[in-house]
Amino acid sequence: MSDPMAEIRASFFIECEELLEALQDGLAAMDGGDTDAETINICFRAVHSMKGGAGAFGLEALVRFAHRYETVMDEIRAGRLAPDRDAMMLFFRAADVLSDIVRASRDGEHIDEAEVESVLGQLEALAGGAPEEDEEEVADFQPMGLAIDLDSTPEAPTDEPWTIRFVPHAELFSSGNEPQHLLRALAALGEAQIVCRQDDLPPLDGLDPEAPYLAWEISLDTDKGEAEIREVFDFVDGICTLEVSGGPRGPELPPLPDLSDLPGTIDDASAPAGPAAAPPGPDGTARRITLSEPAGDTAGDEPAPADPLQTPGGKAPEPAGSPAAPPTGSAAPGDRADGSGAGGGAGGGEARQAQAAAQTKPTVRVDLERVDRLVNLVGELVINQAMLSQSVQEAGIPSNSPVSQGLEEFMQLTRDIQDSVMMIRAQPVKSLFQRMSRIVREASAAVDKRVRLKTEGEATEVDKTVIERLADPLTHMIRNAVDHGLESGEKRRAAGKPEEGVVTLTAAHRSGRVVIEVADDGGGINRPRVRQIAEEKGLVPEGLSMTDSEIDNLLFMPGFSTASQISDLSGRGVGMDVVRSSIQELGGRITIASEPGVGTTFSISLPLTLAVLDGMVVRAGGETLVVPLGAIVETLSLADEEIRSIGPGRNVLHIRDAFVPLLDLAVELDYRGPLESYDGSVVLLIQQEDGARAALVVDSIEEQRQVVIKGLQDSYGHVPGIAAATILGDGQIALILDPVDLMSNVAGRSRGAVPSLDLAG
Amino acid sequence: MSLHILAVDDSRTIRDMLKMALTQAGFETSLAEDGMHGLEVLDGMAPDAIITDINMPRMDGFGFIEAVRAQDRHRATPILVLTTESAPELKARARAAGATGWIVKPFDPEKLVRALRTVAGPGGA
Repeated sequence: MSDPMAEIRASFFIECEELLEALQDGLAAMDGGDTDAETINICFRAVHSMKGGAGAFGLEALVRFAHRYETVMDEIRAGRLAPDRDAMMLFFRAADVLSDIVRASRDGEHIDEAEVESVLGQLEALAGGAPEEDEEEVADFQPMGLAIDLDSTPEAPTDEPWTIRFVPHAELFSSGNEPQHLLRALAALGEAQIVCRQDDLPPLDGLDPEAPYLAWEISLDTDKGEAEIREVFDFVDGICTLEVSGGPRGPELPPLPDLSDLPGTIDDASAPAGPAAAPPGPDGTARRITLSEPAGDTAGDEPAPADPLQTPGGKAPEPAGSPAAPPTGSAAPGDRADGSGAGGGAGGGEARQAQAAAQTKPTVRVDLERVDRLVNLVGELVINQAMLSQSVQEAGIPSNSPVSQGLEEFMQLTRDIQDSVMMIRAQPVKSLFQRMSRIVREASAAVDKRVRLKTEGEATEVDKTVIERLADPLTHMIRNAVDHGLESGEKRRAAGKPEEGVVTLTAAHRSGRVVIEVADDGGGINRPRVRQIAEEKGLVPEGLSMTDSEIDNLLFMPGFSTASQISDLSGRGVGMDVVRSSIQELGGRITIASEPGVGTTFSISLPLTLAVLDGMVVRAGGETLVVPLGAIVETLSLADEEIRSIGPGRNVLHIRDAFVPLLDLAVELDYRGPLESYDGSVVLLIQQEDGARAALVVDSIEEQRQVVIKGLQDSYGHVPGIAAATILGDGQIALILDPVDLMSNVAGRSRGAVPSLDLAG
Repeated sequence: MSLHILAVDDSRTIRDMLKMALTQAGFETSLAEDGMHGLEVLDGMAPDAIITDINMPRMDGFGFIEAVRAQDRHRATPILVLTTESAPELKARARAAGATGWIVKPFDPEKLVRALRTVAGPGGA
C-alpha cells in the first residue's frame, strides 16, 4: 500500500508542476487582457486540482492556501470581483507562494510562514466579506444536518430495535438510487426485519410503471445510533420520507408488535433482493406485477394515501412527496429537501478548447542517468559508424555497391536515433521563462518600478542540463535589466515612454544554436559612465580609444558594477563576468547590443546539444580540426587581389563589396608562422550571431560530418578558441574550434605581438 | 462478478487514487479525463456505477451527469459526485443534475467502496 501511494504522491507533485504552469499561463493571459471566462476557469481548476490532491496526502498547508486562493478566484469567476491590476499582482504572488508551498511540501522543507500568511491575509481582504468556508469542509463522507436528541438516543447498545419507515419519492429513482441497495446497506448495520408496504399500489390498469408506490418498514436491531442509520440514507435525504424512531429509550409504544404477523414479513436482509424491491425503469411494470399478492390487512386499492399502519411514534406519516419530518426531534434540513435549488448545471454541452489536451499527454518518468547512458551509447554508435564508413572507403568498395548503400542508410538511421535521443533530453524553455517572470515581479517590487515581462518562443526546446544551468545567469540578467536597464518611472515619462517598462525574454533556434535574448526598453548603456567607472577602477587605461561595443563589453570585466548605489537587488557580488563565464561553460557566448534611449539586448547563444555537432573537418598546419558547420557561411578559394592589407598584422578579405578580417588558422593556433602568399588558399567564411564575419584560412577541407563532442574542460579548463575535442572515424583525435571565441581572441592579440604577415618573411 | 466503475476526473492524482482504491476493492475500473472523454468511454461500456469530478475542462461534472442521464440506458445508472466542497447547494445542484450521491474529497477508500455498494449493490446487480 505504501509503495503505490508513494508513486501517486510523486506523480501528484509532477502534476502540480503542470498545474502551476497552467496557472501561470492563465494568469499571464488574464494580465494581458484576456477576459475569456475559460481562462479564469483554467486558473481556478488548476488551484482546485492541487487542493484536491493535497487533501489526499494530508498536505494541510497546501490545502489551506489553495482553498483561500480558489475562493477568491471563484469570486472573479462569478463576476463579483474585477481582476484589476492589484488583484492580478496578488494572484501572481499567490501563484509564486503556491509553488513554494508545493515544493516545500514535496521536499519536506520549511515554508516561509510570514510570506504565506501575508498573502493569505491579502487574499482574504480581496475576497472582502466573502465568508470563509474552511469550517464547512467536511473531512470525508458524512451525513448532514443531524440534530440528535441526546435525551432519547444515548449511544449505548440496546435491545430495543429501531423502527424505520422509508418511503421513496419519484426523485429517488430518477437520481439513480435503488431502495434495494439502501436496505441492504441498512441491514448490514445489524439484525433487520424488513416489510414492504404495498398499500398504495394501484390496480394494474392504473399503474404508472415509473411512479413509486412502495414503502418499507424496517425493524432494526443494532448497537448503532440514529446518526449511522441516517447516514445510510444520506444520498436520498430529501427525496424520500424517512422516519427513524425507537431505539434505546424510544417512544412509549413498543415497536411494531404486529410486524411478525404480517404476511409480507421477511426476516432476512437479503429479502429486498426479491421481487419486493423491483427497480424502476422500463421493465418495472413486469416485475411489479408479480407483487400483487394480498397485502396484509389493507386493501391495495384504497385511494387515500394515509398509511393504515401506525408508526410507533404514534405520528401520522406525511403523504409521499413532502420532506421527511422525523418524529424523534431530528430535523431533515428543509433547504435541501428536493434538490432543486441551484438549477441545472453549468454549461453542460459547452465545447471548450482542448487546452487541457497538452497537459494530459501520457508521460513516462525515466532516470536522467539512463537517458545519459543512452546518449553516450549513441555517441559511440556515431563514432563507430564513422569508422566503418572510413574502412569501407579505404577498402576501395565502390559507392554504388550494396555495402556502401546499406552504410548510407545506416548513417541516416544513426542520425535519426541521435536526434530522437537528444529530444528526450530537450525541454521547452517555458518552465525557465516562467521562473523568470517571478524574478521580474520580485525585482520590480524591490526597486519600485512597473515592469512587464514579455516572453517569446517559449516552446523552443533546449537540452535539460542547459536549462538548469541557465537559470542562475538568466536570473541575474533579468535583475540587471530591471534594476539598471530600465529607467525610473519619472524618467520614462519624461522621455515620453510608457511608465511601465518592458523586459522581453526571447528564445529561438538560429543556425543550429539556441539564442536566448534578454532585452529591455530602457535608456541603453550609459557609455561615458561605463567608461568612466572602468577608468576609475583601473580596468582600462585612461583615454584609450574604444568602440561602442568595446565599451559595452567592459560590463563583462570582473569587478565592474555600474550602479552608484548598491541596491539590494543586483548588488550581490555577482557581476556580468560571472554570467559570462557560466554561459561559456555551457559552450555558449553572450553579446550586448545597446542603443541610447531605446534599450539594451543581451544575447546568449548556446549549442543545441552538448553531445553532437555537425562539423567540417579541415587541416591547418598539419593538424586536423573540426569547425562547427553552423558557423560557416561559405567556403571559397582566395585570389591575391582579394586580400588587402590594413596596417601591420591585419589583412582583410575583400568580398562582395565588404571587408572581412582574414585570419590564418594555423597561425592563430601557433602551429606555424604565416605564409608568404595566400593565393589559392582555402578560406572558410565564419559568421557570428551578431553578423560579424571573419575569413579563416585553412590548408584544406577534408569532409563534412557529424562528430561527438568530448569535453576538454574537465581536463584542461577553457582553451581559447577551442570548444572541445572529438574522435574521428580513423580513431584520430581532433580539436573542435570555437570560431567566435577565436575571432574575439584574435582581435585582442592583434594589438600585441601577433606575428603579422608583413613581418614574417 | 465484480462491479465495473467508470471514474471521471481531470486530476491524474485523483484518477490514480481512485483506480488504486477501486482495484483493491476488486472492482473493474475505467478512467476518463473530463466529461467529454467520459461520454466517449461510456459509449463502449455499461458501468455499474459512475464516479465523476465537478470542476473539469471541456465538460464539467454537471454537464456530464446531464448528458449521461439523457441517455435512455443510463437513466438509472448510479452516479457519485466527487467534490471538495460539501456545501449543501452544491449537493443540491448535483442532485438536480441527476447525481445519485456524493463523496467528499479527499476520500477514504473504505467509505468510497461503501458508498458505491450503497448505490450499486454488492456486485452482479
